[in-house]
Amino acid sequence: MTRTIKAYRRENGRIGIRNHVIILPVDDISNACAEKVANNICGTLALPHAYGRLQFGADLELTMNTLIGTGANPNVAAVVVIGIEPKWTKWVVDGIAETGKPVAGFSIEEHGDLRIAEVAGRKAQEYVQWATELQREEVPLSELWIATKCGESDTTSGLASNPTVGNMFDKLDKEGHYLCFGETSELTGAEMVCADRAATPEVRQKFLDTWNRYNDMVNRHKTSDLSESQPTAGNIAGGLTTIEEKAFGNFQKIGKEVRYIDVLEPAQPPTKGPGLYFMDTSSAAAECNTLQAAAGFALHIFTTGQGNIIGHPIMPVIKVTANPKTARLMADHVDLDVSGLLSGEMVLDEAGDALIDMVVRTANGRNTAAETLGHREFIITKLYQSA
Amino acid sequence: MKPDIVIHDPTDSVGVAVVEGIEAGQELAVWIMDTNENTSIVSKDPIPLGHKIAMVDLAEGDALIKYGHDIGKVVEAIPTGHHVHVHNVKTKKW
Repeated sequence: MTRTIKAYRRENGRIGIRNHVIILPVDDISNACAEKVANNICGTLALPHAYGRLQFGADLELTMNTLIGTGANPNVAAVVVIGIEPKWTKWVVDGIAETGKPVAGFSIEEHGDLRIAEVAGRKAQEYVQWATELQREEVPLSELWIATKCGESDTTSGLASNPTVGNMFDKLDKEGHYLCFGETSELTGAEMVCADRAATPEVRQKFLDTWNRYNDMVNRHKTSDLSESQPTAGNIAGGLTTIEEKAFGNFQKIGKEVRYIDVLEPAQPPTKGPGLYFMDTSSAAAECNTLQAAAGFALHIFTTGQGNIIGHPIMPVIKVTANPKTARLMADHVDLDVSGLLSGEMVLDEAGDALIDMVVRTANGRNTAAETLGHREFIITKLYQSA
Repeated sequence: MKPDIVIHDPTDSVGVAVVEGIEAGQELAVWIMDTNENTSIVSKDPIPLGHKIAMVDLAEGDALIKYGHDIGKVVEAIPTGHHVHVHNVKTKKW
């Protein structure tokens, strides 16, 4: 039986599970105007961020790709882009326009915030009234692109919540989903085992080159053995002792069978067809999630031990924990409690199926804990200083 | 039976506490996930939820094995049943 969900079919054929009209600032100083528009027009969402000025080279490309990719994500129906200068504003607008979705750009210079808030607001109003008439249609679940990450992990993550995601990935990979995992630094200690899960020798080498580059960066900048950064103080409180232990726990998220078919640059959309992709990302939750959403992933599975509370503005984040204490004390942040795996009340196959069920419900419209609590972390990965 | 301690791989030298409030001197039920076997161990320290207990005697310089893999070096001897954490194990990376 093919599982189906009700989703929005976008102009480029992708399916989205949310229907946002976003107000996207190109740069830090356009945040205020974007927020003015979002305050005036109900049903829009501003995505303020910290960068977009005086960047250059690969760092500029990554910021632009992140903004364009976020606007292009199928959970977004239409986009109003606001920047200080016309040229980079047009860069973002043109990138998003390739999807065929409605997008309009406004630049503030020579006009000021208030005039732009008015004209951009009129466009945003038009988009909301158009988008709210779009209807969900029945589509195969396999068209849903799903990413994963873990955060504030503890030993219960490696024992139960990450294997739950792995069990689901093993099942969904067979049905032709696009899947993604990342966290380059957090595979340290398990990097050779992770390398062996590549689909081909070429992809294996690409992974090792990526990991080595990240590890060299850590070695260049470190002032200690990274105690309390990796693992974090929260990880240590939860019983994780070393980065190696954290890495083997992290790695459980990709299951026992599925192999990754390519290594993606940060925010790079996958191009090799359905399958599991590894993306080169930081292990900081908001940075990683923002890059995965910018690559086009429409739903996120986030496991936590000690209780990471992350969300994202346009990509629903399903929170899974196997820590019975976290499930009890932070129930308002938890979508799926799989602590039964540790008390012998549930087996892994059941936990994986329970997660698939939560994926279907969330895709059909159930708001996640993070959505209801207004968690909209949107953090651009900065590669180096601006000029 | 509801386990107090869970072990990933039969070759692991540590298990993980999956219940709250383990005190020193308790007889603990141990479940080895990979082989679905049950055993037991007596705690010699309090072991907080999520923290590790030594399943064998560990000497300084030994590799700590979890998930069937090396996850760090023992920097202070740890007798069976004692708490294993950042005070007696360090990373081999970074």
